Amino acid sequence: MADVALQPNTVGAAQPVRKRSGLQKALKRKSTAAFLMTLPLIILIALLVLYPAFYSLHLATLNKSMQRFVGLGNFEFLFKRDTFWLVVKQSCIFAITAVLFKALIGFIVAHFVHNIPAKGQRKWRGMLLVPWVIPPAMSTLAWLWLFDPSYSAFNYTLSFFGIGPIPWTGDADWARFSVILVNVWYGAPFFMIMYLASLKSVPEQLYEAAAIDGANWWQRIWYVTLPMMRNIIAITTLFSLIVTFANFDIVRILTAGGPLDHTHIFATWAFRIGIEGSDIPLGASVSLFMVPILAVAAIFILRDVNKRGNEA
Amino acid sequence: MSRKKLTRRQFVAATAMSSAALITAPYVRGAYAAGKLSIGFWDHWVPGANKASTDLVNEWAAKEKVEVTIDYIPSQGNKNLLTIAAEAQAKSGHDIFAMPTWWAHSNADQLENVADIMGPIIAENGEVNGTVKYLGMADNKWLGVPACVGSQIKGPCSRIDLMKKHAGIDVQAMYPAGSEPKADDWTLETFLKAAEACHKAGVPFGIGLGETTDNVDTAGAIFLSFGAQLVDAKGNLTVKTDAVRQALDFYKKLISFLPPDVAAWDDASNNKWLVSGRGAMIMNPPSAWAVAKRDAPQVAEQCWTHGFPKGPKGRFAPYLPYFWSIWNFSKNKEAAKSLLIALSKPAAIEKMVNASGGYDLPAYEKLTTLKVWQEEGPPKGTLFHYPNPYKHQTLSIAASPAPPKIAQQIYAQATLTKMCLRYHQGEAMEKTLAWAEGECEGFMRS
Repeated sequence: MADVALQPNTVGAAQPVRKRSGLQKALKRKSTAAFLMTLPLIILIALLVLYPAFYSLHLATLNKSMQRFVGLGNFEFLFKRDTFWLVVKQSCIFAITAVLFKALIGFIVAHFVHNIPAKGQRKWRGMLLVPWVIPPAMSTLAWLWLFDPSYSAFNYTLSFFGIGPIPWTGDADWARFSVILVNVWYGAPFFMIMYLASLKSVPEQLYEAAAIDGANWWQRIWYVTLPMMRNIIAITTLFSLIVTFANFDIVRILTAGGPLDHTHIFATWAFRIGIEGSDIPLGASVSLFMVPILAVAAIFILRDVNKRGNEA
Repeated sequence: MSRKKLTRRQFVAATAMSSAALITAPYVRGAYAAGKLSIGFWDHWVPGANKASTDLVNEWAAKEKVEVTIDYIPSQGNKNLLTIAAEAQAKSGHDIFAMPTWWAHSNADQLENVADIMGPIIAENGEVNGTVKYLGMADNKWLGVPACVGSQIKGPCSRIDLMKKHAGIDVQAMYPAGSEPKADDWTLETFLKAAEACHKAGVPFGIGLGETTDNVDTAGAIFLSFGAQLVDAKGNLTVKTDAVRQALDFYKKLISFLPPDVAAWDDASNNKWLVSGRGAMIMNPPSAWAVAKRDAPQVAEQCWTHGFPKGPKGRFAPYLPYFWSIWNFSKNKEAAKSLLIALSKPAAIEKMVNASGGYDLPAYEKLTTLKVWQEEGPPKGTLFHYPNPYKHQTLSIAASPAPPKIAQQIYAQATLTKMCLRYHQGEAMEKTLAWAEGECEGFMRS
């Protein structure tokens, strides 16, 4: 009986202690500290990324004058437009081709740099990173002058060999080539530095073991280097794919989507429609169209990374 | 201590007097008594031109006791368009904003009607041209006051020597400084022959076919000269008409006499073409000539700005006005209107035009003969016909007279130049027309 009579008081007195100790424990937990330390960034991202993202979702559901809710009406409209499918096709060509070449060039150059003696390597690494550290709006302006329709420095040089003039930005195919080339030039150093870091972390013993087993150069790459770099390759590719799909400045400065819309990608066409054409809801819909594409790519690539991580 | 008691009558009288003073004299109390006003002006490319606007605004602000802040927002990289979109979304920002061409209409619901001040301004300065009304009015509401700063005509700027030598055309005789044009023979046919002759001589006309405004504006004026409209004023599709076919045929011939890379030209390409001395004509306001004056004086002294050639349906020239509009979220609309009246006084307009070296064009008919256009040179009188002093040509904008919200899409998507290019590159006429019709149908969505 006494126990029963005392129980309410005991509970009442014990609860704050438990709470306090719970809070203390939570604060002591590494994950809580990590969360608190990342909280400012989370708030910043919520304000600068999540809010605009949801706001653009809201915009995409409005009519042209932004006074009426139209649901998925804007997407329905877009799916019937030939220009939209042209932009989808071009965005895919642009992103996939550019990422492939960036990865390939980055991989090759990373190997070259890796094989340079440590003493001179730093200089090469610095020089090779230059394209990536110059703001793309500035470097693309330089490229624009090199490709200029009437005063192209490339054409001037080629004329000494009896070649050209090449319509770098005036012909659909050449214009596509030009924007991809500039994107590869700008992005390849990022791949190079990531791959170089990855190469440096491959244990030398694996190569020694492979050499003892009689593996040739190609077999060493295929059976040692590539498996060890797989996660970095996957993450770098995904990251670059997202950034390249969302590219704006290079195409905007170099061709502004021309000639005849043949270099427009999602961002440049969304800008043309939304800002220059004052149809903000349709522009928002164009820019949101890439979200599911990239989400699917991210799921596949990251799932694969996870799987490999578990295997390891 | 004695304390005087306030009677009810005294209290009512004092309240009434102070209320009356507050209502009747909004701008007469201490410094900045009439509140604040923030202005988003277009950032002029002419060095020193912004100063004229700043001085005029400060002069008005000191008189009216208003605290003003001015931001000069450039059009490079469409920064002004981005700011307009952001302020329209946020319903917050400047009180007055310089809206280029279509942007007054596209934000019509959020702009203050300034019809009450436009009446007296027009009475003082003269009537405005049709394009200003088309772009600045919606349902009898004035969406802004036409701004002279940034407004321009993109007419032909010809090389006197090259046109005389290769095309046999004396542009100075055709458009003499100080007197009426003698340009009856200056037709699209003559223009095409001149383009061919100059092309053969290795100094082709520099007319772009890209997707930026200079390219679209020229195509727009030529289309209108044939009476070619993709969408009429009532919003009906009029793509598949003989007038559009004639305009396309004309352009197909013209493109073969232009530099081979015109499909990639932007708004800087034609300027460079003229300044480098490689071409006999471009379509541009006098900015290219002004740059030539600095960088290539031997080219500048051979430049003459004049009217467009005449087509079967008339002589049209591209006119791109700016408007000073007041956002409806402005908290000081009366002060904003007072400032716009002050900036629209003939003396203020002349000061701004002078500061721009004659580049800026007032929209009003009484203000097309200012001294600056008579005196600017070399050669003297090169800008005399730039402001269309004899109403020799109809000032227009590409894609008009379609309802502005549709026309803006046609303009922004460069449908006209794309049609010309497609047809020139070998696409069948009817296929090009069908493509354009499909595009215009899409632009009509509400």
